[in-house]
Amino acid sequence: MVTSVQATVATGSSRESRAKNVRGGVRGRWSNMLYVAPYLSLYVTLLIYPLFAGFWLSLHKADFFGGSRFVGLQNFVRLFHDKVFLGAVGNTFYFILLTVPALALIGLALALALNRTTRSAAVLRGVFFSSSVLSVTIVTLLWRVVFAPDNGFIANLLHHFDKPSIPFLSDENLALPAIGITTIWWCLGLPMMLFLAALQQVPRELYEAAALDNAGRWKTFWHVTRPSIRRTFALVVIIEVVLQFQLFGQAQLMTLGGPNNASRPMVLFIYEVGFNRWDVGYAVAAGQILFGLILIAALAQYLVARRKEAF
Amino acid sequence: MAAQVASGAVGRGLGDRLILSATIGLAIVMLIPMLWAVGLSIKSNAELLVDTNSVLHAPWTLKNYADIIVGSQVFRWLLNSIIVSTGMSLGVLILSSLAGYGFARLEFPGRNIIFVLVLFGLAIPEQAVIIVRHQLFSALDLHNTYPGLMLPGMSAPFGVFLMTQYFRAIPVEIDEAALLDNASRFQIFWRVLLPMTLPAQATLGIYTFLHSWNDYWWPLVSGTNERMYTMTVGIAATQINFAESAGLGYLMAQAVFGSLPVLIVYMFFQKYIVRAVSGAAA
Repeated sequence: MVTSVQATVATGSSRESRAKNVRGGVRGRWSNMLYVAPYLSLYVTLLIYPLFAGFWLSLHKADFFGGSRFVGLQNFVRLFHDKVFLGAVGNTFYFILLTVPALALIGLALALALNRTTRSAAVLRGVFFSSSVLSVTIVTLLWRVVFAPDNGFIANLLHHFDKPSIPFLSDENLALPAIGITTIWWCLGLPMMLFLAALQQVPRELYEAAALDNAGRWKTFWHVTRPSIRRTFALVVIIEVVLQFQLFGQAQLMTLGGPNNASRPMVLFIYEVGFNRWDVGYAVAAGQILFGLILIAALAQYLVARRKEAF
Repeated sequence: MAAQVASGAVGRGLGDRLILSATIGLAIVMLIPMLWAVGLSIKSNAELLVDTNSVLHAPWTLKNYADIIVGSQVFRWLLNSIIVSTGMSLGVLILSSLAGYGFARLEFPGRNIIFVLVLFGLAIPEQAVIIVRHQLFSALDLHNTYPGLMLPGMSAPFGVFLMTQYFRAIPVEIDEAALLDNASRFQIFWRVLLPMTLPAQATLGIYTFLHSWNDYWWPLVSGTNERMYTMTVGIAATQINFAESAGLGYLMAQAVFGSLPVLIVYMFFQKYIVRAVSGAAA
């Protein structure tokens, strides 16, 4: 989301001088603020204040009912010794590894296959994007009855071939991969569309030249398409890393983080500590760590977006 | 998605056909969970308890749909979702248009630094602020109210960022011409520039609506009263007691019913939705 920030800031100053002519002097300078004031008041109250109050709160042992005492960095020290939290961090990274490469590669493959004007390609694009408009609670409901070990869709298939069913969601090693499959199914539309948009930007002449050279499908992809979509590929990966960092609903609804904490991501940890155990200082501290990690990814996105050609 | 680009030369008929069949195969896999849910929703719960393969043959029934319409709160949740998503979208459009115009066209003390601070908000994830926000809303007694569900979404800076960019792209000569006609600043905004931003309004409005409709975490912790559930939270609530619930067919009927509004909207506004969602990401 930080992508075009720089461009905006840059165009801002170049328009300055002209805007001055339009305005005609300094008349009504403060009153001009009235246009941004309604938004700013919400922004400060609901985003900036909670962020900074959170920094302060994370230094406290605080419960929901207002009891609070200053403990310094103790919450953070506790986090780094909390096996459940460390496990959640590990699960989150493992989950990103499971989903992000698959999302980027399948998304790219679909974009390459469906980048044409035929009616069937349009319908197929519509199908692959359709799951993206569903809410997480519907997605998990659909996939639970696909994975269910006694009467689920996969179990029925396995029984048909006289194989025993697999308890996807109650097996320590399979729970997170199953959530990963659900997530890939749910999120596939966005990378596909981003790649399609990038493919439209590749100049047609390049393909015509490649065709004149009798370059095959693979050669054309490698020498023409690949260099033109490198930057998009990096952006898709980073966008998906940021998104999948925030895994919450799928794990909360499909496995509750189990079995044996095997599928608990960071955000679910924060939710449980903050809203079930009401250990709010501790939960906010865990939230700060998540924020730091996301900030690193966002910074990477900004840097990739900035170097337009160099990639 | 116009303009055929990738296919290149002729004489690749076989390869093309192979790719197309593979893609169609994948599309069918993609549709399986949805079709499975629809199938389960039109079977009686008793029959599904014995064997879910019975989906493939008659008798089918619409009883589950009749049951959710009569016996559950789905219409209440639907209404809540419509109110919250519409309210949030309108709020975002109004606040972002005003602020975008302000940042793009007007000068006031500290404008640039304030704008940079607002952009910084793009990097703040909800998880980093949700607990303090929750305490704040408790103190203000806003939980289980419509404003309580709408306001957090209106504080997100994405809309302001989008509208500022859009206003900046409109040539200043248009303002100058209107100023010569003695139009006031607000008239220029309201009568001249705002109508020119309609495409951006549509993108932002659709994005916000969909985002709000599908939002899970905030309504989960704020709208805890069953009467204030949104569709998304209501469906979560019924599946948490999955095993002892009213039955598989009933649950699936709820899932199908709950996804119909967005899927219908998606069918009609596919182009805009795709543009809104991918535009917001990149």
